Amino acid sequence: MTRQAVLDLYFAEARSKLIDLAAFIDRVERAEGEVDFRWEAFVAGLRELGPDLPVDQHTKRILTLLSDPTTEPLPAATVKSATGAWPGLDQPSHTL
Amino acid sequence: MRYIEPHAHMVSRTTDDYLAMVTAGCEAVCEPAFWAGFDRGSAAAFGDYFRQLTEYEPRRAARYGLPHFCWLCLNPKESENLALAGDVLALLPEFLDRPTVLGVGEIGLNKNSRNELAVLERHLDLAAGRGEMLLVHTPHLEDKLKGTRLILDAIRNEPRIDPGRVLVDHVEEHTISLALDAGCWAGITLYPESKCTPARAIDMVEVYSAERVWLNCACDWGHSDPLAVPKTAVEMRRRGHSPEAVDRLIHANPLRFLGQCPKFRLAAS
Repeated sequence: MTRQAVLDLYFAEARSKLIDLAAFIDRVERAEGEVDFRWEAFVAGLRELGPDLPVDQHTKRILTLLSDPTTEPLPAATVKSATGAWPGLDQPSHTL
Repeated sequence: MRYIEPHAHMVSRTTDDYLAMVTAGCEAVCEPAFWAGFDRGSAAAFGDYFRQLTEYEPRRAARYGLPHFCWLCLNPKESENLALAGDVLALLPEFLDRPTVLGVGEIGLNKNSRNELAVLERHLDLAAGRGEMLLVHTPHLEDKLKGTRLILDAIRNEPRIDPGRVLVDHVEEHTISLALDAGCWAGITLYPESKCTPARAIDMVEVYSAERVWLNCACDWGHSDPLAVPKTAVEMRRRGHSPEAVDRLIHANPLRFLGQCPKFRLAAS
């Protein structure tokens, strides 16, 4: 597909999602209390949206950023569900 | 359009979904054993579930002329209880012999724990000993990358298993190459929120591979769409993919993988 064709097909949908992201950020900032590791991970992911990465690396890099990088099995599964971000992600707090 | 739905938890769906799938061109549905949303209390409960998958559900699908197949196992979310796992594994051979059972699945990992890994290895040993095909669930979200690596290591450590008869399911952009490079097949699961959207699924097919890849809806009692595969086919056509390319991905590919099991037959064949 040409870039023009991709824009024709997906720009409106991507624009909608971009505004949803912005609204989510506004919603978190407007709310009271502390954020947790999920917010740190989200903000770190936003940094991976820049235009300077190689082609086809944005999605993979964000998924990897949100992943548990360790290699050893856990001693036991104490919960069944996933949160969507790894609590050990060490990123500085981000001020928007 | 014609397609095979290689991963759907139909016990969680209404009969209306069978009608919709057949209307959309579905020619066969395959149902892996999974978690019920709560932990079962005994091996007898698993026995009842396996009877549901091998007796009742094929009859329900047959009312719409739809062949129904299944995969059987103890799912990784219930693998922490090793005693229960042992009892369920002892039940499996009797059910694996049934005529619509394609192999062992969906085994795998959930939180990547030691007990989950131990139960996965026991399933791999059972499958290798019987020459069964394998359908493997990879974990959710932040646990997927680590879990995929652990699963592929376990498969590599079992030399009796041919990776070409293993499908690693729920791959995303950061795991699809791991599965394919290991010689396995890769399943892309189409979910409205988690896992993969139709657009991303087609991106992966375009960027990584359209070989040894299938699409599935994995519909269950959660937020999911039993028509996700045909809807993604429509999306492929919107991008300009040919009808032949669409057919290869949603019909020929699953037929090629599943056809390695002699029990898998479409109604017309």
